[in-house]
Amino acid sequence: MKAGPDTYDLVVVGGGNAALCAAITAAEAGARTLILETAPKPYRGGNSRHTRNFRCMHSGPLGPLTESYSEDEYLADLMKVTDGKTDEHLARLAIRTSEECLPWMEQHGVRFQPSLSGTLSLARTNAFFLGGGKSLVNAYYRTASALGVEVLYEAAVTHLELEGDTVTRVDFTHEGDRKSVSPKSVVVASGGFQADTDWLARAWGPAAKNFLIRGTPYNRGIVLADLLGQGIAQVGDPTQCHAVAIDGRAPKFDGGIVTRLDCVPFSIVVNKNAERFYDEGEDVWPKRYAIWGRLVAAQPGQVGHVIIDAKSLDLFMPSVFPPIRADSVEELAEKMGLPPEKLRLTLDAFNAACGDTSGFHPTELDGVTTSGISPPKTNWARPICEPPFYGYSLRTGVTFTYLGLKVNERAQCSIGDRAVTNLWAAGETMAGSILGQGYLAGFGMTIGTVFGRIAGREAAAHAN
Amino acid sequence: MQTDLLSEARRQAEICNACRYCEGYCAVFPALHRERAFSDGNLTQFANLCHNCRGCYYACQYTAPHEFDLNLPKALAELRQHSWKTHAWPRRFADLFDRSGMLISVGLIVCFGLFFALVQGMRPESGAGFYAYMSHGLMVAIFLPAFLLPLLTIAISLRGFWRTVGGADLRLGDLWSALKSAGRMKNLEGGHGDGCNFEDEDRFSHARRHFHQAVLYGFLLCFASTSTGTVLHYVFSMQAPYGIFSLPKLLGVPGGILLCVGTLGLAGLKLRADSELGAPKAWGGEMAFVLLLFTVAATGLILYAATGTPWVNWLLPIHLGSVLTLFLLTPYSKMAHGFYRMAALTQEAGAMRRADSTQAHMSLGKEERR
Repeated sequence: MKAGPDTYDLVVVGGGNAALCAAITAAEAGARTLILETAPKPYRGGNSRHTRNFRCMHSGPLGPLTESYSEDEYLADLMKVTDGKTDEHLARLAIRTSEECLPWMEQHGVRFQPSLSGTLSLARTNAFFLGGGKSLVNAYYRTASALGVEVLYEAAVTHLELEGDTVTRVDFTHEGDRKSVSPKSVVVASGGFQADTDWLARAWGPAAKNFLIRGTPYNRGIVLADLLGQGIAQVGDPTQCHAVAIDGRAPKFDGGIVTRLDCVPFSIVVNKNAERFYDEGEDVWPKRYAIWGRLVAAQPGQVGHVIIDAKSLDLFMPSVFPPIRADSVEELAEKMGLPPEKLRLTLDAFNAACGDTSGFHPTELDGVTTSGISPPKTNWARPICEPPFYGYSLRTGVTFTYLGLKVNERAQCSIGDRAVTNLWAAGETMAGSILGQGYLAGFGMTIGTVFGRIAGREAAAHAN
Repeated sequence: MQTDLLSEARRQAEICNACRYCEGYCAVFPALHRERAFSDGNLTQFANLCHNCRGCYYACQYTAPHEFDLNLPKALAELRQHSWKTHAWPRRFADLFDRSGMLISVGLIVCFGLFFALVQGMRPESGAGFYAYMSHGLMVAIFLPAFLLPLLTIAISLRGFWRTVGGADLRLGDLWSALKSAGRMKNLEGGHGDGCNFEDEDRFSHARRHFHQAVLYGFLLCFASTSTGTVLHYVFSMQAPYGIFSLPKLLGVPGGILLCVGTLGLAGLKLRADSELGAPKAWGGEMAFVLLLFTVAATGLILYAATGTPWVNWLLPIHLGSVLTLFLLTPYSKMAHGFYRMAALTQEAGAMRRADSTQAHMSLGKEERR
């Protein structure tokens, strides 16, 4: 800290997209701003490092986006994935504001590119960051620094002192010392709690210990717990999180995008007893990969095993780790730690249930289905019989949690029935205020950008 | 050694192929994403397509301390350096790449000594300008083979490289596309046109691109100057020295200035850049090469300014010595990169053309992803 502990207008807790949008907006409004980022510099940016696109409403071609994407269509997409569990007022605010965000992002250093290979269906709705989320984070840090925003890395906020309805002090540790700062305004943008697996286990049960965390290990919910413990209004179900099925060999934390596996529709998936447990061909994988996170979580050991054969190997995006390969089903079972005879029985039963496969089409719902087997496989059901055989393990990968801080349309937190005068929240830590469950690609960055800017604007206005 | 470099590049490329966030930065990624598995030839091609702009490094979620420990610019730089050694001809000269810094220094001293002795010992009876110090015939006798032999060895090396990277039919259109790319250093523009990351971590700038182009065009102007001089000499029987408003001088003086500015600029950037994002062992040789180019250009300009003074006695051997060193070491120094780069860009243009005509599947999978 260059200045004394009492001279900051605004302290932003967190260092990802929402935090940076808040800091930049406030600094442009003249607020003397300090960012406290708990991660070391190479890991700065929280889960934003792993993102890659921004879902954006637009009434005509805008930047990299084609055609138009109306507020109502956007909202309908959101309602579909969240099963209606959405705060429509705040969702509409996020959607409507997203259109002005895109040019703002460009002005502040973010660069977009045409849709990445394999994502053409998103060209109309989602703007992709050139280089991904870390390049966005880098650009924002450059912009913030040019505006005079100070950043402390490895600055772990431990406590926000609340006196009545005002935050009076922010306590944190930095370089081994306990420090405090008393700014006029505070924005909390420090994400969910998914990296604290004990907390996850309290919400989910012991199975959560076997979950992988797709993003940053630094989102441990310390500030969130501190605020909720002091009675700041809470929103969201602690068991709700965005969880997907990913490669079981992924690192415990920070595996990010590369750990995705797209081969399920061409496979059978068995649990550790070599039993199938769900229709692998229910829908195209992009629409189903999120539910498989929960399906796998419900299996013994929280693990699934994907089995494919030679004819399907090139039908999906390459995986970061090569598949386990064997010349026979029994050998594959041995290598994957599955009971070989049982896997043989399961596979034989599945193969016998397959019918006419002449209509097989890898990218469309082809209706090539099994008959007389439970669970059925309702699309892409081809016998798995052509050696070599390949296997992947699947585990549940948590992206973020929904339990968070409840905010209003000004991103302001509340306690009891009144607003906290100088506390705002943005990003994943308040995403539960909008989304009750489910997830829509690119909407997390929309929430972070929209509410980060609102929080920065309000916080600066309060300080002035 | 080679298998280590190849397997490390392959390990990293496989992670990149599962991620694809860097697709928009340069030509390497679209080439990489076309493959599902990477042959040694693929990796060698990526290495020579990579311009070391470092955009992918600073945008990467998986750089150290992440356990994936990605540093693609470094992996490709080391493989690139190695691929030049592998394709060097004659083979026994391959190790010269590792010692090109030392070689340049020794070459300079030896060549300077040679020319100094010639200027002192074989001074012609008559002749104007430089030819008063050294006859035209003697210069040609030295420089013609010193120019042509390295070109011949480079041609042999490139033929091997073309085979390694699976180069198919060579079309003029592909060559033209490569020339256009190199002509504006498209791969240092960064996809968004903001330039590359080099001298100041993740800040994008055009500094390296502009200095590199000053060197490239400066060199070409100097080359054109020499060529026009040759034409004037043999075709029009007009002998040096030439006046300021002659073609050799009109091309050579701006060329020399551009080369000086460009090489000094590149050397300055190189001092500020993180050497761990390139091939650290090649750093010295690369720096020596940049300074050699500077010496060639600067002594050429000074020599011109010193025409008619006794300084020519010293300056001429220094200049000719540095030019001879540059020529002779072309196949075994950083100078070779231009030839391999052009081959790689040409091969990529061909591969793109072939891929366009067989537009494959691969729209599977990743849509609703965050």
